[in-house]
Amino acid sequence: MNIDRNLIRLLKEEKRPFMVSGLAGAFSAGMLIGQAWSLSALLELVFRSSPEWPAILPSISAFALFSTLRLLLNQVGHQASRRGALGIRRVLSARLAGKVAELGPAFTGSEQSGRLVTTMLKGVESVDPYFSQYLPQLLLALVTPVVILAAVFPSDWIAGTILALSAPLIPAFMIVIGKRSRMATEKQWGTMSRMSGYFLDMLQGLTTLKLFAQEKARRDGIRDASENFRRSTMQVLKVAFLSSLALELVGTAGTALSAVSIGLRLASGAMPFRPALFILLLIPDFYLTLRQLGVRFHAGMEGVTASKEMHRILDLTTDGHDAGRSELGEAEAASRPLVIDRLGYTFPGAPHAALDGISCSIMPGKVTALTGPSGAGKSTLMNLMLRFIEPESGSILLGDTPITAYRTDTWYDRIAWVPQHPFLFNASIRENLLLARPRATEADIEEALLQAGLTDLVRSLPEGLDTMIGEQGSRLSGGEAQRLSLARAFLKDAPILLLDEPTSHTDPILEAKLRSAMEKLMRGRTVIMIAHRLESIRKADTILVLEDGRISQSGSHEKLAGAEGFYRRALFSSTEEAA
Amino acid sequence: MKTFFRLIGLTRPFAWWMLLAAFVGFATVGSGIGLLMSSAWLISRGAMLLPVAALQSGIAGVRLFGAARGFLRYAERLISHNTTFRILTRLRLWFYDALEPLAPARIASFRSADLLKRIVDDIQSLENIYSRVVAPPVTAAMVTALVWGIVSSLSTGAAIGVLGCQLIAGVFTPMAAAFLARGTARRIAGMQAEQQLLAVDMVQGVGELRVFGMLDKHLARLQAVEEKKLNLEKKAAFLEGVQETCSGLAMNAAVVWIIWQMLPMVRSGSLTTITLTALVFGVTASFEAFLPLNGSAQHIEADIRAGERLFEVIDAEPEVKTPERPAPFPAEGGIEARNLRFSYPGSGRPALDGVSFTVPQGHRVAVVGPSGAGKSTIAALLVRFWNPSDGILTIGGRDIASFEPETLRRNIAMVSQRTWIFGQSIRENLQLARPGATDLELKAALAAAGLQGLLDRLDDWAGQQGTNLSGGERQRIAIARMILQDSPFMVLDEATANLDAITEQEVLDTIERTSEGKTVLAITHNLHRMERFHRIVVLHEGRVIEQGTHDDLMRADGFYAGMWRLQHETEV
Repeated sequence: MNIDRNLIRLLKEEKRPFMVSGLAGAFSAGMLIGQAWSLSALLELVFRSSPEWPAILPSISAFALFSTLRLLLNQVGHQASRRGALGIRRVLSARLAGKVAELGPAFTGSEQSGRLVTTMLKGVESVDPYFSQYLPQLLLALVTPVVILAAVFPSDWIAGTILALSAPLIPAFMIVIGKRSRMATEKQWGTMSRMSGYFLDMLQGLTTLKLFAQEKARRDGIRDASENFRRSTMQVLKVAFLSSLALELVGTAGTALSAVSIGLRLASGAMPFRPALFILLLIPDFYLTLRQLGVRFHAGMEGVTASKEMHRILDLTTDGHDAGRSELGEAEAASRPLVIDRLGYTFPGAPHAALDGISCSIMPGKVTALTGPSGAGKSTLMNLMLRFIEPESGSILLGDTPITAYRTDTWYDRIAWVPQHPFLFNASIRENLLLARPRATEADIEEALLQAGLTDLVRSLPEGLDTMIGEQGSRLSGGEAQRLSLARAFLKDAPILLLDEPTSHTDPILEAKLRSAMEKLMRGRTVIMIAHRLESIRKADTILVLEDGRISQSGSHEKLAGAEGFYRRALFSSTEEAA
Repeated sequence: MKTFFRLIGLTRPFAWWMLLAAFVGFATVGSGIGLLMSSAWLISRGAMLLPVAALQSGIAGVRLFGAARGFLRYAERLISHNTTFRILTRLRLWFYDALEPLAPARIASFRSADLLKRIVDDIQSLENIYSRVVAPPVTAAMVTALVWGIVSSLSTGAAIGVLGCQLIAGVFTPMAAAFLARGTARRIAGMQAEQQLLAVDMVQGVGELRVFGMLDKHLARLQAVEEKKLNLEKKAAFLEGVQETCSGLAMNAAVVWIIWQMLPMVRSGSLTTITLTALVFGVTASFEAFLPLNGSAQHIEADIRAGERLFEVIDAEPEVKTPERPAPFPAEGGIEARNLRFSYPGSGRPALDGVSFTVPQGHRVAVVGPSGAGKSTIAALLVRFWNPSDGILTIGGRDIASFEPETLRRNIAMVSQRTWIFGQSIRENLQLARPGATDLELKAALAAAGLQGLLDRLDDWAGQQGTNLSGGERQRIAIARMILQDSPFMVLDEATANLDAITEQEVLDTIERTSEGKTVLAITHNLHRMERFHRIVVLHEGRVIEQGTHDDLMRADGFYAGMWRLQHETEV
C-alpha cells in the first residue's frame, strides 16, 4: 500500500534494528494478552467473591508484570526503529552528498541549487517518519490484530467474528478515502506553499512597496490572501478529515457492537463474565493499532515523495571516471603543449553536438583566447579540460599522454582555474584563500593579495583576513570576488591556467585593476581563456574562434582581423563584447 | 520564558476559539472514557443475569459515546485547524506591521533570500504553537478534573492516588524530559543551520572544491555535522520514548491503586463491583489525554527559538519616524544637499563625507563616480530609507524629515537596480505605481518603456521574482512604473544598467521625454551622452571632487575626464 521499493531496499543497511523492532512488537502483543488476561482474572475474582487483599496479590502482580514488560518492550522496539531510521539517514545523506560530489559542477549547474540542497538535507530528514513510524506500525498492524484475534476466538467466536469482519474495513476505507483525501491534502500543501511564497515575496519586496508608498495597501492584500487561503483549506480539510471520522466510526461501532452482544449474552447466561471482560479489554487496542496505521501512513507519505527525488539523483550515472594512475610533474605540465584531438561532446538529450570533433594545439607558456558566440562550445571545452565532464569522442593530451591517464588530483594540482563567477565559501577570507594552497604562509597570502590588488580592501575590513564573507560572499562586490579568485590562482601558482574572463565591469577603475591583475597572473603560464574583451583577445598569442561546436578560425589578431568571418564582424560591431 | 509569554500573547484574540477547541478535545476524550465505562457497566450488569431491560441505559450509553467520540474528534480537528490558520494570518500581519517601519534600513542584513525565508518558515512553524503547546495541557487538565470528580465522589483516597499518577504522566515526566533534553532542540537547529551552509557551499562550489582537491575534506565536514545532529536526535528520541513509557507506567499504577483502595469498599458493600470495573476502564481511557504532551517540551523550545529570532528582527528601533505634524509637500522648488555625512552601521568608512550640491527645479543633474563612491547612498537618503548622520537634505527649502515619508516617496519617482518584481500579474506589478490605473494608461506606460511585447500580456504572471521576464524587461517594468507614478521629482539609480546598448539608447530617450520639465537626479557610472545634463557631480570616496557641465569637466582634465576616456577607449 505504501511500499516504496527504493526505501525498502535501504532496509538492508540497517536490518538488525528493524528485526528487533518487529520482534519487540510481537512480544509486546503477547504481553498485551497477558495483561488483559490477568486484569480480567483479577476483576472476576473481585466480582465473584470480594476477596481479601492477599487473595488478589498473584493476579495483580501478574497484571503489573505484564503491563510493565509490555511498556518496556514497546520502548525497546521504538528505540530500535529510531536507531534504524537514524542509521538509514546517515547512509542516505552520505550517499547523496557523495553522489552530488561525484556528478560535479556539470550536474549542479543544471539543477536549481536551492532545490538540490533541500533534497540533500530536508529530503533525507523526511524519510525518518517512514522508517521510525510507518514501517514499525505496519509490522504492528500485521501482528497485533492477529494475536488479539487468536486470543479472542477461543473465548468467544461471535465477538471474534465481529472483529475479524470489521478489521478489513479499516484498510479498505483507508485506501478508498485515502486516495481522495491524499489528493486533497496534496492540493492543500500546494496552496500552503504558494501562500507562504506570496508572503515571502511581499517581505522581500518591502523596499519597493515603500518606494511607491503602497506598504499600507498591501497589508490588506496579505490579510485577504491569508484569509482566502484559510477558507479554501478548510473546505479541503472538511473532506480530508472525513476519512479519519470513518475509521474512528468503524472502531467505535465494532467496540459498541461487541460490547452490546457480549452484554446481552452475559445477561442471558450464555457467556461467563471473565472472557467477556478479557475481550472488552483487548478491543480498544485491536482498533487502535489499525487506526494508528492510517496516521503513520500520512507521516510516511512525505518520505516517499522525497525518496523519488533522492533516487532520481542517486540513480544518475556518472561519466566513466576511471582516472589514470600517472603522476604529473610540474616541469612536465609547464613544458608540454595541450593537444586537443578530434574532441567531441554532446549534452544528454541535446539535438546537436556541443563540440563536434575539434582538433588544435595549445602551446605551453602562451596565451590562447577562446572566442565565439554564446553557445558555441567554449565552456564545454573548458569543462572537458577541467574534467568536469568526460569527452564522448576524441581526447585531450598533454604532449602525447591523454590527460585521463593522470590521477585527477595530480591533474588538478597543475591547473589554476578562475571561473567567471567564482564561488566564495561561507568562511573567512583567509580560509577562502587557503583552499588554493593549505600550507601557504602569511607572506604567501600577503603576496597573493598584493598581486590581485586586494591589499587595501583587506586592510580596510575590521577583522582583516579573518573577516567572514557571509552567505555566498555577500559582503564582497562582484569585482572583489573576482579578484579574490585571482588571488587564489596566484597562491596556487600552477603552470596551466584556465580562465573565464569576467564580462566587462560597470566601473572603469575597478576594471583596470582587474585587468592588470589578470595580466600579471598569465605571465609565463599556459593559459586558455574564454575572452570577452577585445583587448584581452588582441593581446593573446593565439585566438581560437568557436562556432557551433567547431573551430571556424584560428590565428593571431592581425591574421583574423584581415579575414572574413565572425572575428571581423565582432571587431566592427558597436558593442564592446566580442563574445 | 518572556519570549514564550509574548508568543502566547499574540494568540489572545483567539482565546475563545482555543478554549472551544480544547473543550471539544476534552469531550472527545470524555466520550472515550464514557464508552469504556458504559461497556464495562453493561457487561458487569449482564454478568449479574439481569433482564435485558435493565441493560438498556448501558446499551444507550455505549451507542451514544461511541458515535459522539468520532464526531467530536472530527469537530475538534476542524475547529483547531481553523484556529491555527487564523493565528497564522494574525502572525503574518503582526510581523508585517512590525517589519514595515524597519525596512529597508534595519533589515539590510536580512536582504539575502535565505534569511527572510527562514523567518517565513519560523512564522509557519509557530502556527502550531496552539495545537502543540497550548491545547494539550488544557485538555489534559480538564480530563484530570473530570476523573477527579468521578473518583473522589466515591473515595478520596483513590482519587488522590489517581491524581498523583496523572500528575506524574502529565506534569512531572514532561518536565523532567524537558529538563534532560534542554538545549537539544536548539542544538539540532544549530546543526541544521550549519549543514545548510555547508551544503550550499558544496552544491555551488563543487567545481572549486574539486579543482582545489578539497572535496573529500568538505564531504567529511558535512558528514561530521550530520553525525552530531543524528546523535542529538537519538538523545531526543530516547527521552521521548522514556516519557511515553513513564506515562504508561503511571496509568498502570493508577489501576493498581484504585483496586487496592477500593477493595475494602467492595468487601464492605459500600461499592459495587460494577462501579469498580467501570472505574478501572474509565481511568485507563483517561490517559489518552496525556499522549499529546509527549515531546511538547521540545516543541516549546523550538517555538521559543523561532520566536526569539522573530523578535530579534522586529525589536529594532525604526530608522525613520513620521513627524508628529508633517509639513505639506511644497508645490515648487528643487533639491538641495548641504554637507551630508553618512556611515552604514558596522562600517568604518563613511559612505558620504560632507556632500553638498543642488538640483534646481526642472534641471537634470548627474551623480557619477566609481562604485563605492556613495552615489546610491544619496538616493537612499533622499527617499528617507536612511537619515543622514549629519547635514540636511531639502526640497523646496524644507528639510525632507518634516514631510510624511509616504508623501515624500509618492512625489519622488525612483528607478533603482534593485527593483522588485512581485510574483503577481504584470498588471498588479504596474498598478503598484498608480493604484486604479486603467488598461489604457498601463499600456501607454508599457509602450513608452519599450515593452510593446507585454501590451497584451497584462494578466500574465510575472513569475517568482519576475523570472518570466528577462533582465532587460524587468528593468523596463521599473521604468514603466516610474512613468505611471508621474511625480515632479525623478531619481534614476543606474536605471539602464542591465540593458544592451541599443535598448539603453531607446530607454534613455523615453526617460528624457517623460522627464521633460521635471527635476531629475541621475546616478550613473555609464558616461554616455553626458551633455544632456545641466550639471555633473563627481563623487569619489564619499566626497564631491568635481562639479560642472560635461564640457567644463572635460576641459579641466581631472578625474572625470580620466574616467570618461577609460570608458570610451575600451569600446570599439
